[in-house]
Amino acid sequence: MGDRVMIERFSLTERTLHWVHATAFFILLATGLILYVPSLSESVGRRPLLKDIHVYTAVAWAIAIALTFALGDRAGLRATARELNLFDEDDRLWLRRHARPQGRFNAGQKLNTAVAAAFAVLFAVSGFLLWLGERDSTFRFASTILLHDVLTYVSIVLVAGHLYLALIYPATRHSLRGITTGSVRYEWAQRHHPKWLAARADSAAARDAGKQ
Amino acid sequence: MTLEPQHIDEPRAYGRRTFLAVTGVGLSSLVWGQPLWRSLAGLRQPIVNALPPALVPNGWRIYTVASSMPHFDPLTWRLRIDGLVGRPLALSYADLLRLPRAEQVTTFHCVTGWSVKNVHWAGVRFRDLLAGASPAGDASVLTFTSAERPYVDTLTLQQAQLPEVMLAYEMDGKPLRREHGAPVRVVIPEMYGYKNVKWVEQITLGRVAELGYWEQRGYSTDAWVGSNG
Repeated sequence: MGDRVMIERFSLTERTLHWVHATAFFILLATGLILYVPSLSESVGRRPLLKDIHVYTAVAWAIAIALTFALGDRAGLRATARELNLFDEDDRLWLRRHARPQGRFNAGQKLNTAVAAAFAVLFAVSGFLLWLGERDSTFRFASTILLHDVLTYVSIVLVAGHLYLALIYPATRHSLRGITTGSVRYEWAQRHHPKWLAARADSAAARDAGKQ
Repeated sequence: MTLEPQHIDEPRAYGRRTFLAVTGVGLSSLVWGQPLWRSLAGLRQPIVNALPPALVPNGWRIYTVASSMPHFDPLTWRLRIDGLVGRPLALSYADLLRLPRAEQVTTFHCVTGWSVKNVHWAGVRFRDLLAGASPAGDASVLTFTSAERPYVDTLTLQQAQLPEVMLAYEMDGKPLRREHGAPVRVVIPEMYGYKNVKWVEQITLGRVAELGYWEQRGYSTDAWVGSNG
């Protein structure tokens, strides 16, 4: 196949989930850092406004995620979750730095998704407790703010790595196109995700066989 | 059809396990996080010292309630002391610095769970500060009005005269910085930070404690460290 042949890697629902998550993350990170780092708190000021933006962005994030699940391609998302969950022998070897063929998601992307999902839950729980603790001292725990902080620090490192691979590193940055337009070049997919193409060909063949 | 050996190896649900493990560790850290963090203080310090101070949170978080922090102009600034006093005062910054100086090293505790150890404060004890105003015999409450409207809070006269309570104008050897309440803030280490009013510009002596800013929002009036606030 030629260089310009494109195939769909991410559905509209998957892309929507990704960008809802990414947009909310960066708004929450920016407002959170201003609330948290003293030099930024002083130079920017407007703490009550920033706090409102931070809290309402979190609420909007949760609603947008729920709406994407409710209105999007749920069967597709379930299939994606299965793909992300299962690590076969090639994935396990890939994580041990062996060059093994990968599916639509490589093992690193699968792990990153699992960690990002867990962090989303933990950010939401600890953030909600911080909000609630201001209103009812029963829910004020000494470790809540520490958890929220540690999640922030680790997220910054993970997102920096994610951005490096998505925007800078030559071998992987083409994947940005997949998460924005949905499609990637066939020849790129063949090099980075050959098992995905093979599985796609198998399911197409099975469909064709079913029609006959 | 025969399967080649490598295909017999079943896929494993590492994704779900990772999700559950990270979520479980995170949620349980609500119980063990703070004790562990404290026990690692010795290891953390060298890392914190190596990083640029402007970017690294130094343990302090700056909480404000208005849209901007008050500016301090040493030429026009006055601290008013009024209410049940024989002689209302309006002290300039220079007047304040001429009063007997007290120093202390104490830990600052915030009600949200963070603390800053060994903060070096310098300032004036309330006994010395109020002496010039001749408080009336029946005055029992001090109301601190912050230049950051609408922040107010109170201490009883008795609380204000506890040993390590002061109106501080220096922190860690330097004049109090803007974000810490320049030029003066209340320091009462035995109580959570919200009682340590920043940007104090008026102290009113009275008989009744009105609810402070956070107390109007459900926080306790006597915010002793160790209580729930």
